[in-house]
Amino acid sequence: MRFLKAILGGSAIAGLSAFAAHAQDVVGRPSEGGMWFQKPATPVMEQLQDVHNLVFVIICAIVVLVVSLMLYIMIRFREKANPVPSKTSHNTMIEIVWTIAPVVLLLVMVVPSMQLLYYQDRLPETEMTVKVVGNTWNWQYSYPDYEDIDEIISNPLDETQAQEEGVPYLLATDAPLVVPVGTKVKVLVTSVSNMHSWAVPSFGVKMDAVPGLVNETWFEVYEEGTYYGQCSEICGIRHYFMPVEVRAVSQADFNQWVANGGSFTEAVADNSENQTTSGVATLAARD
Amino acid sequence: MVAISGNDTGSYGDDKPSFFARWFYSTNHKDIGTLYLIFGIISGLIGGFLSFMMRMELGEPGIQFFTNEHQYLVFVSMHGLIMIFFMVMPALIGGFGNWFVPIMIGAPDMAFPRMNNLSFWLLPTALICLLVSFVLPGSASGDGFGGGWVMYPPLSTSGSPGPAFDFIIIGLLAAGFSSIFGAINFITTILNMRAPGMTMHKMPLFAWSVLVTAFLLLLALPVLAAALFMLFTDRIDGGTGFFDPARGGDPQMFQHLFWFFGHPEVYIMILPAFGIISHIVSTFSKKPIFGYLGMAYAMVAIGVVGFVVWAHHMYTIGMDVNLKAYFLAATLVIAVPTGVKIFSWLATMWGGSIRYTIPMQWALAFIFLFVIGGVTGVVLANAGVDTALHDTYYVVAHFHYVLSMGAVFGIFAGFYYWFGKMFGIMYNKFLAAAHFWLFFIGVNVIFFPQHFLGMNGMPRRYVDYPADFELWNHVSTMGAMITLLGVVFFFLMLIEAFIVRRKVGDNYWGEGATTLEWTLSSPPPYHQFNTLPRIDEDPTEHDADKMH
Repeated sequence: MRFLKAILGGSAIAGLSAFAAHAQDVVGRPSEGGMWFQKPATPVMEQLQDVHNLVFVIICAIVVLVVSLMLYIMIRFREKANPVPSKTSHNTMIEIVWTIAPVVLLLVMVVPSMQLLYYQDRLPETEMTVKVVGNTWNWQYSYPDYEDIDEIISNPLDETQAQEEGVPYLLATDAPLVVPVGTKVKVLVTSVSNMHSWAVPSFGVKMDAVPGLVNETWFEVYEEGTYYGQCSEICGIRHYFMPVEVRAVSQADFNQWVANGGSFTEAVADNSENQTTSGVATLAARD
Repeated sequence: MVAISGNDTGSYGDDKPSFFARWFYSTNHKDIGTLYLIFGIISGLIGGFLSFMMRMELGEPGIQFFTNEHQYLVFVSMHGLIMIFFMVMPALIGGFGNWFVPIMIGAPDMAFPRMNNLSFWLLPTALICLLVSFVLPGSASGDGFGGGWVMYPPLSTSGSPGPAFDFIIIGLLAAGFSSIFGAINFITTILNMRAPGMTMHKMPLFAWSVLVTAFLLLLALPVLAAALFMLFTDRIDGGTGFFDPARGGDPQMFQHLFWFFGHPEVYIMILPAFGIISHIVSTFSKKPIFGYLGMAYAMVAIGVVGFVVWAHHMYTIGMDVNLKAYFLAATLVIAVPTGVKIFSWLATMWGGSIRYTIPMQWALAFIFLFVIGGVTGVVLANAGVDTALHDTYYVVAHFHYVLSMGAVFGIFAGFYYWFGKMFGIMYNKFLAAAHFWLFFIGVNVIFFPQHFLGMNGMPRRYVDYPADFELWNHVSTMGAMITLLGVVFFFLMLIEAFIVRRKVGDNYWGEGATTLEWTLSSPPPYHQFNTLPRIDEDPTEHDADKMH
């Protein structure tokens, strides 16, 4: 990847990343009027964005090439400028060149693309597992590793609730999936009714929930915070109204949360307020 | 490229049947082509209305226009089905294919005129089935089918128990048979009815494109028919369980069957447009097509590879990673023949003497927009990157750039190119130019911002969205209004042209237009080529020998 970056306009990618970073001032949710990816929160999304940017530079170069050629031809060979057309209708050399050149470009992008694909898809040694079930129409989370934690039904907040709590409507839920940061989490995804797709854009995760089949994927969140996603496979009337909310907390807070049977007690809230992790405090307040 | 001798000046029965017999029992390929075009325009209006309502709804957050969210999904689903099966396919293949394939290859008519009639009349029947589904119970949430044009089970089986979807299945089966009959007709016509001297390697590219398309239809549509029939029997109480995991079935199997049809389907929609664009670029550059054989075989290659890339529509269903790697690589390969087409069009223009007529403007816009749609396809082919973009507005932007601007621009390009030939009259250039520019600006304003929405994470088929997505949705909706104005000018152009009736000559485009339709009158005689034309090597064209 680094090697390819170096040979293929490293500066262009750097400029692009700067542009992207500017747009990505919010974390874990779409940015207002955003034109780029949400800020990556996991190593997979980071690599995904790198591969995308490499491909993006290549496709921009292709568009610029074709458009400038077109403009040149349209001006140079307009009827007035060139009243007598040539009769050329083949040139074997140039036909070979424009067949081979795209092949080379494709080879350049296919290597990092394959690396990303396998990195994303082959699960590393994960440290914990969460199970996600798509219902019509909400998400149901459970923690097979922790017997004390009941299943969590995650329903979206309606518009007034969301306003009262100052959280984004159509993204926020009444019960997020809680995971520790810096931990490789295996996600098992399935459905009991229609198909759904469990997606968190800033994680680079999108996995279909298919009845009769358990799909698996993984993520490792870098920083504490709240990360939002939305159902990404058409599933009926409430398709737009079954958001995904993931709350990433510190390992200590997560342990406390598990010890409390899956709820943030006042103690945790106080604790986290002392640690000035405001996100957890809001969550505790909501409980 | 070729010299054409033999002339059909002889008098042959040009007496047309009475109105009813002519338009309802029609066996004449030109009449059937006209019927297809009228049908495509009507379906386009219906499908366009559905999409305009969707854009109105999405102009701002909240639910404004729709009585409930299910109705929105019904509009989404029907927009897709109607535009694909009842607008693009009838216009490109049924309309221009019927009109010009027989003429271009020097044939008097299609091989099976009565089957041609059946092909057409199955379509209105099918469309009526789809329209009826709007008012029949669909799911518990309301009338109509709201499962998307992809019709994935279980949403299309247990999720939509009402009769609405049964009507859609019947309608699509009818439309599918219509296309299969049409494909048989085109293949037979092109392989058997070429005029003396019209070898395959001298055949105009539009005929080549329809031939490849017909083979794609013949191989892909039976798979769709099978998948639809399996859905149909799955939906019966106590029926089959092909896609029901509780009875040992597999819902993913439907997706494989659907996309085994669905991916060739996108080439079915774009290949005839490729053919049309080739003729227009060549005509208005006053040059023969550059790399004719490469162009023809690039289409064949696209058709062949198009059959082995279907699962790139399904990267997130939980496929084995090695399968995804294969589909990633195979999909990227398609960029190569597509690049050959783009570069060959540019090379055709190179050294030409280019006239910017209305059809040429549409063709140039087609090339520009198809390049944009094509390169975002390269992004989406990368399975890893697609994880972030799958089922977001980025995909919507991508496929509307290749279809709403690729196929549809091809249709309009062909329509203006052959308008005089088909109807014997010329359009008003101002109205046509207004149509073009409003449409060109409008569709770009609709769809370009949708790339941003998709990258920012907005999923498809959402009736309401978080406020962060408002800006670009708002811009997109304004684009829909500009496009609507463009459509108004299209109809003004039609009305004006048919009232004023400016007559045109046989070859109103002049020296660049070299295919057989330009040797006939405008409109062509009711039956052409009673004496078959002879196509001979042009002794002044030395390069033609080297080609073979």
